[in-house]
Amino acid sequence: MIRYIFQRLLGMIVVMFLVVTIVFIIVRVTPGDPAAVMLGPDATSQDIADLRASLGLDRSIGVQYLYYIGQLLKGDLGQSIFLNMPVTAALFDRAEPTFFLTIFSLVIASLIALPIGIYAAYRRGSFIDQAATTLAMFAASIPSFWLGLILMQVFAVRFGLFPVSGYGGPGSTFLDRMYHLTLPAFALGIVSSALILRFTRASMLDVLGDDYIRTARAKGLIERRVILKHALKNALIPILTVLGLTAAVLISGAVVTETVFGLPGVGNLVVSAVLRRDYPVIQGALLVIAALYVLINFVIDMLYLLVDPRVRY
Amino acid sequence: MTDIAIKPAESENRKFIRHLLRRKTVAFGLVILVIFVLLAVLAPWVAPYSPSKLSIVNRLKPPSGTYFFGTDEFGRDVLSRTIYAGRLSLLVGVAVVALSSVIGVTLGLLAGFFKKLDTPIARLIDAMMAFPDILLAIALVAALGPSLTTVIIALSIVYAPRLARIVRASTLVIRELPYVEAAQALGISTFHIMTRHVLRNLLSPIMVQATFLFASAMLAEAGLSFLGLGVSPEIPTWGTMIAAGRQYIGQADWMTLFPGVAIILSVLSLQMVGDGLRDMLDPKLRKDL
Repeated sequence: MIRYIFQRLLGMIVVMFLVVTIVFIIVRVTPGDPAAVMLGPDATSQDIADLRASLGLDRSIGVQYLYYIGQLLKGDLGQSIFLNMPVTAALFDRAEPTFFLTIFSLVIASLIALPIGIYAAYRRGSFIDQAATTLAMFAASIPSFWLGLILMQVFAVRFGLFPVSGYGGPGSTFLDRMYHLTLPAFALGIVSSALILRFTRASMLDVLGDDYIRTARAKGLIERRVILKHALKNALIPILTVLGLTAAVLISGAVVTETVFGLPGVGNLVVSAVLRRDYPVIQGALLVIAALYVLINFVIDMLYLLVDPRVRY
Repeated sequence: MTDIAIKPAESENRKFIRHLLRRKTVAFGLVILVIFVLLAVLAPWVAPYSPSKLSIVNRLKPPSGTYFFGTDEFGRDVLSRTIYAGRLSLLVGVAVVALSSVIGVTLGLLAGFFKKLDTPIARLIDAMMAFPDILLAIALVAALGPSLTTVIIALSIVYAPRLARIVRASTLVIRELPYVEAAQALGISTFHIMTRHVLRNLLSPIMVQATFLFASAMLAEAGLSFLGLGVSPEIPTWGTMIAAGRQYIGQADWMTLFPGVAIILSVLSLQMVGDGLRDMLDPKLRKDL
């Protein structure tokens, strides 16, 4: 098992190294001079030269790459040009709304998807099963930003039940902030529930056909215990995987949803950075989110070892 | 003497299509998809008005007998713009599927067939898939500058690894099959084996994945356009229409509603077709064929 953990760690490091390289390349494929693009048409040649020097763009690509890796190892993601602050600090400042939005959405998605998925599998082929499958397909077809706008129009503008936008003023309580996140979390959660529902149903179906379920029933166990204790426990691994993947997908879904609801999160930061061509911020956010994704995958793999005693590498 | 009518044996393909269409969701999905394609192709003849015709006196008119989907802030007909927008959304979907298939299939075949290339390509695929779709697309569009071409290139780069992973996995299995070994023993060139023998057997999984990619590309394009990072806001796409409608959602929610419904219906139809195809091609699920 230690050998397996070590191999997965090594694999993760290799993937992260490639992720860093890809992020480095993306900014360098900008047609023309990135410094000139960032500063816009009114910049003087001196301004451009200064920015090139501060970003290290006046050095050779190889040197730039080594410098970039070196800075990353020190935890330095560079300096935001427009915010005039380190990218790490800018990301840290904006992390809270994105983090809570992701968690809140995941909870909503799970609350919708897990019971429906389990029940649909239990009633395989029934009307409820077909309705659940179609519902999942429908939910997956809805653009989250559109759903956000519709929810906002109905529940915030028309009925005034929730705030239209924002994250609560400075000094607002945790509950107030969660209240502000309710509509965005529902918009993201409903759309994301589709994947969890389908995986839960499929995973439960796989398990429900197994011999030990028949044995449990033959022993006279009540159906709820058979489903929730015996079947669900064994169906958990694929469900865990998809919950982890959904968390990663939600982080990116948050990019658009935060813009719709004016939430001061990482997504909003990225979009404004793109519009201002603040490349260090784009680069930093991309790297941090990809790293989170790789880390989530690693954690899921490690959870396999805990959840399923059969998994021994 | 009685005449015996000999019914010609039904080809495998026809049988497959017949069984596929027997599924209600697939048939429904295909009908919707065909309607969308026809509307897109025949837009100049089907759309009641020009999508760019301004009529300030008719601005923000609600849906009525004259304007079925209402009008926008410049008095333009929302129905006509929704129909024309479908052209671009479908075009992006087709282009992304084509380009990502070329990149993904090539990478997947090379990784699956040549052992030396497998590890580097597989790790590259892993790394590319570590980026959330829309975020990578945003970064690429930011680097390349927003335009229709950029959106297509960015989304193709984003989705190619998904296809590459599937093609690689299937190639690894097919490579070991006796007929590939036999072809190698006969001295048939590697390129020929890869394209004629391996690729031909991969068409089904590629087709299924391509359908889902099509749907994902349409959703992603709408997202990028909504954020103002896709095509120019003046060009009607479902995403730009929703973005424009956002400012008037309190007064004219039809500006947001109808393009959104168009996205949902087109993506749903693609998912229904893709789902049906996948179930039919999955030997475990293919009970009725």
